[in-house]
Amino acid sequence: MSDAATMTLEEREATLGGVGTARKRKEDIRFIQGAGNYVDDVKLPGMVFGDFVRSPYAHARIKSINAEAALAVPGVKAVLTAADLKPLNLHYMPTLAGDVQAVLAEEKVLFQNQEVAFVIAEDRYIASDAAELVEVDYEELPPIVDAFKAMDEGAICLREDIQGKTEGAHGARRHDNHIFTWEIGDKEGADKALEEGEVTVKELVTYQRVHPSPLETCASIASMDKIKGELTLYGTFQAPHVVRTVASLLSGIPEHKIRVIAPDIGGGFGNKVGVYPGYVCSIVASIVLGVPVKWVEDRIENLSSTAFARDYHMTGELAATKDGKITGLKCHVLADHGAFDACADPTKWPAGFFNICTGSYDIPVAHVSVDGVYTNKAPGGVAYRCSFRVTEAAYMIERMIDVLAQKLEMDPAELRMKNFIQPAQFPYNSALGWEYDSGDYPTAMKQMMQAVDYEGLRKEQAEQREKLARGESRTLMGIGISFFTEIVGAGPSRNCDILGVAMFDSCEIRVHPTGSAIARLGTKSQGQAHETTYAQILATEIGIPSEDIGIEEGDTDTAPYGLGTYGSRSTPVAGAAAARVGRKIRAKAQKIAAHLLEVAEGDLEWEIDRFKVKGLPEKEATMKEIAWAAYNNLPEGMEPGLEAVDYYDPPNMTYPFGAYLCVADIDVDTGETAIRRFYALDDCGTRINPMVIEGQVHGGLTEAFGIAMGQEIAYDELGNVQGASLMDYFLPTAVETPVWETDFTVTPSPHHPIGAKGVGESPNVGGVPAFSNAVIDAFSHLGVKHMPMPHTAWRVWQQCHDLGLTK
Amino acid sequence: MSKQQVKMTVNGNEVSGEVEGRTLLIHFLRENLGLTGPHIGCETSHCGACTVDMDGRSVKSCTLFAVQAENADITTVEGMAAADGTLHAIQEGFMQEHGLQCGFCTPGMIMRTHRLLQENPNPTDEEIRWGISGNLCRCTGYQNIVKAVRYAADKLNETTQEAAE
Repeated sequence: MSDAATMTLEEREATLGGVGTARKRKEDIRFIQGAGNYVDDVKLPGMVFGDFVRSPYAHARIKSINAEAALAVPGVKAVLTAADLKPLNLHYMPTLAGDVQAVLAEEKVLFQNQEVAFVIAEDRYIASDAAELVEVDYEELPPIVDAFKAMDEGAICLREDIQGKTEGAHGARRHDNHIFTWEIGDKEGADKALEEGEVTVKELVTYQRVHPSPLETCASIASMDKIKGELTLYGTFQAPHVVRTVASLLSGIPEHKIRVIAPDIGGGFGNKVGVYPGYVCSIVASIVLGVPVKWVEDRIENLSSTAFARDYHMTGELAATKDGKITGLKCHVLADHGAFDACADPTKWPAGFFNICTGSYDIPVAHVSVDGVYTNKAPGGVAYRCSFRVTEAAYMIERMIDVLAQKLEMDPAELRMKNFIQPAQFPYNSALGWEYDSGDYPTAMKQMMQAVDYEGLRKEQAEQREKLARGESRTLMGIGISFFTEIVGAGPSRNCDILGVAMFDSCEIRVHPTGSAIARLGTKSQGQAHETTYAQILATEIGIPSEDIGIEEGDTDTAPYGLGTYGSRSTPVAGAAAARVGRKIRAKAQKIAAHLLEVAEGDLEWEIDRFKVKGLPEKEATMKEIAWAAYNNLPEGMEPGLEAVDYYDPPNMTYPFGAYLCVADIDVDTGETAIRRFYALDDCGTRINPMVIEGQVHGGLTEAFGIAMGQEIAYDELGNVQGASLMDYFLPTAVETPVWETDFTVTPSPHHPIGAKGVGESPNVGGVPAFSNAVIDAFSHLGVKHMPMPHTAWRVWQQCHDLGLTK
Repeated sequence: MSKQQVKMTVNGNEVSGEVEGRTLLIHFLRENLGLTGPHIGCETSHCGACTVDMDGRSVKSCTLFAVQAENADITTVEGMAAADGTLHAIQEGFMQEHGLQCGFCTPGMIMRTHRLLQENPNPTDEEIRWGISGNLCRCTGYQNIVKAVRYAADKLNETTQEAAE
C-alpha cells in the first residue's frame, strides 16, 4: 500500500494539484536564478555571427552592391547577397499567406530597413562594422505610404516580381498593388438591411499599425553538420514543427535530418510565428561555411522589419430599428499588408477570422469584404496576442455599437443587452458562418454592471459634465464598455491549415515504472506556463500528481508534431490532446487494475488517483501501483509499458468572451488620460489554473492599454519608419499601467474534453475597445462619434482644442 | 582593434578578461563570463533586461563599457541565491506572487528590486512602481511584480527585525 492510502480525499486532491488549482509555476525556478536558456544564451563551438545590411530607403532600385571593403575586414567570413541566394532559389521564400517575400533584396528594396546583404564574421562587433562597409548604390523611387492610394490609377507598381499577374493566392488581382479581395456573407441582404434600416450609422474605424515587441527579439542559430548532412536550428519559434517542415521544403534537406529547437522564448505575442530572412540567412550561411551561425536582431530591426500587426482601415455600417434592434451589418476593410503578404493566418483565410465581426450580437444579416494592398512598409500582419484578425473585428464592432448607441441616444450597455445572442440560442450560427459553441452574455454583462455600479458611474459622469460646463472642473469622465467574443483554438482541419498542414495538435506521454511521467506536446510556451498547466490537466486525468509529470515542448526530435502556440490554441487544441491522451492511459490502467484486483473492468470505479472495486472500498489499486505493474505484471497478451499519444483535430473553435469596463478621466487642458478603473470579467470556460489566468489577463490588458493609448508604427511620407526604438514606441512602464480588477464566469465549451476555451488573448482583444470607447465616450455628449487610436495626450488635446474646451 | 585587460569582482569572485575598449559590459558578462542571466532587450537602456548591481547602484549593462567596470563590485542575478541554494527573498517573492511569465525581464527586475529595497526597505506600491519604472515587462502587467516586491520587502524586514531582537 502507498502512503497515499492513509490520506483523506481532500489531501489526495491537494497532492494531485490538478485542474482548478492555483499551482505555482514549474518554470520559475530557472528564470529567477538566471538559468533560463534563450536563443542568445546558446553558444556552440566555432559559432560565428551574422548581421544585416539594410535599406535606408522605402522604395529604391538597387544598382550595385560592393562588398569588397567589408570582406577585407579581418574576421569577416562572407557576405551574402541575393546573387548568392538566387542559384539556390532562396532569394525569395514562401510566406504563410501564399505570397513570396524577398530574403535578400534582388532588384528593388520595398521598405525601409529591408534586408539587402548578410555579413558573417567572427563576432558580432566585426559583423556590425563590416555591414557598415558594404556599399549599395540605390536609385530612389517614389514610395506608396498611404494604403488608400495604393490602387490609384497610374500608381507605381511595387512588386515587379509579380507584375501583371491577375491571379493571386486568394483570387483575382485587379491592380498591380492589389493582393486579394475576400468576401463573405449576404451582400444583397446586407445592402437591403442598410437601405431599409430605420436608423443607420457608418464610420471609418482604423486600427493603426502596431508591433508585438516581445522583450526578447527574434534570433536563430543554424548549425549544419556537413558530415552527417544534419541541420540543427535553434530559434525563437512559436511553431517549431512548422519551421522544420518549411526548412526542409526550402533547403531540400530531408525532414528527418533537421532538428528544430525552440528553447525558452522571451515572449512572442505573434512576433515569432512567421519565418524571417534572418532565419533563412543563418541556415544558408551555416551550409556555406560549415560552422554554426547565430543571428540576433536588435530592437530597431525588430520594430521595423519583423511582424507588424493590424493596419486595418475598417468602414463599418450598422442598421437598426428605432428602438435599437440591430437589423444588419456591413464592413469593408482596406488592409495594408506592406511590401509582401506575410500575414500569419491559416492558409485559406487571407483576412483571418475577421468574420467574427458580428461580435456578441444576434445580427440577422451581414456582409464583409476585405481588400489587401501592397505599400512600401514592412511585411507582417501577425496576430498580436489575438486569434487571426479577431482583435480588429472586435474593435470594429465594439466601436460601431457605441456609435449606434449615440445616434439612438441609448445607453451603450442597454443597446448591447438588447442585441446579445441569448443563452438558449447556443450553439449559435452567425450570419458570417461561425458556430459559437457556448455563452451566457447577459449574466456576464449584469455581473459586470453590478460590480462597477454602472448606474452610479453614469450619474457621476453626468454631474461631471455639468461641472465642466459651469467651469467648476477641467476634467471629462469617460466610461468605455467592451463586450467581446473571441474565436480561438484553430482549428478544425476541414477549414484550417498552414501550408497544407492541418491545424491539429498533439500530446505524447510516458508513465515511468515508479509512477512519474514525461509528456511532450506540439505547442511551445513563450511565458504561458505550459509546464505548469498541461501537467495539471494530465494529473486530473491520470491521477499522478502534477509535480511528478514533466512537460517538454519545442524540440522537434522528441516532441510529437504540432502546429505551435498562437491564436490562443494551446489549451483548446493541445490541452484537449493532453486530456485525451490521459484518458487513453487511464483506459489501459483500468485493465491492469482489474487484473491486479482480480475483478472485471466494469467492477471498478475511478477516484482521484486510483481504481476502487465498487462495493469493496478497501480493494483498490493506485496509479503508482498500476504504473509499476505496467512494467512487470500485466494481463495476458497485453503490451508492456504505459504510454500513449493523441493527435487532436478539434471539431470546432472555442468562443471565449468577456465584459470589460474602463473609467477614464481626461484633463482637457493637457489631453492626458488617467485610467481610474478597469474591470475585466473573462469567461474562458473551465479554469485550469486561476493564478495563471489572472496573470494572462493582467498582461493582455497592459498590452491593450499600450495599443489604445500610445502604440503606433508610423511612417512619414517618404516611408521612413517613425517609431522604431523604445524611445518612440510606447511600451507601458509600471508607472502608467493601471491597476487591474479581474472577475469571471464559467461557461464550459461543450465540445472541448475538459470544457476549456483559452484565455491568453482575450484581454488584448477585449481591452482595446474598452479603452478607446472610454476616451471617446468622454466626448460623446459633445457630438464626437469617433477618434483615431492611439489616444495620445497630443491627439486628445487636439480634440479638446477643436471643441473649444482648452484654456 | 586592440584589447586590454579588465578585472572586477562579479558575484563575489575576482574575474578578469581581455576586452576591446568598446566591448559592452553586458557582452563581457554574457560572452566572456558565461553569465547569461542578464539579457539584452533593446541596447538603448530603455528596457532594463540587462540590469545588474554595480558598486551599490543599479546599472544597465548594455550601455556601459566593460572597461568602465574596472575594479567594480558587480552582482548579477546568478549571485542572488545563497551558496547552499536557498533562494533570496526577492526570488522567492517573484515565484510566490506569479511575478514573471516569459522570464526574460526577470533577472533585471530582480536586480533592480534588490537595490530598490536597500534604498527604501518599506516602499509603498506607488514607490515600487516608480522604483522599477526603468525596467519593462511585456507579460505581467506589473501588478504581480509589485506584489512580489512587497512580499520580498516584508520578508526582508521580518528577517532584519528578528536579527535585531
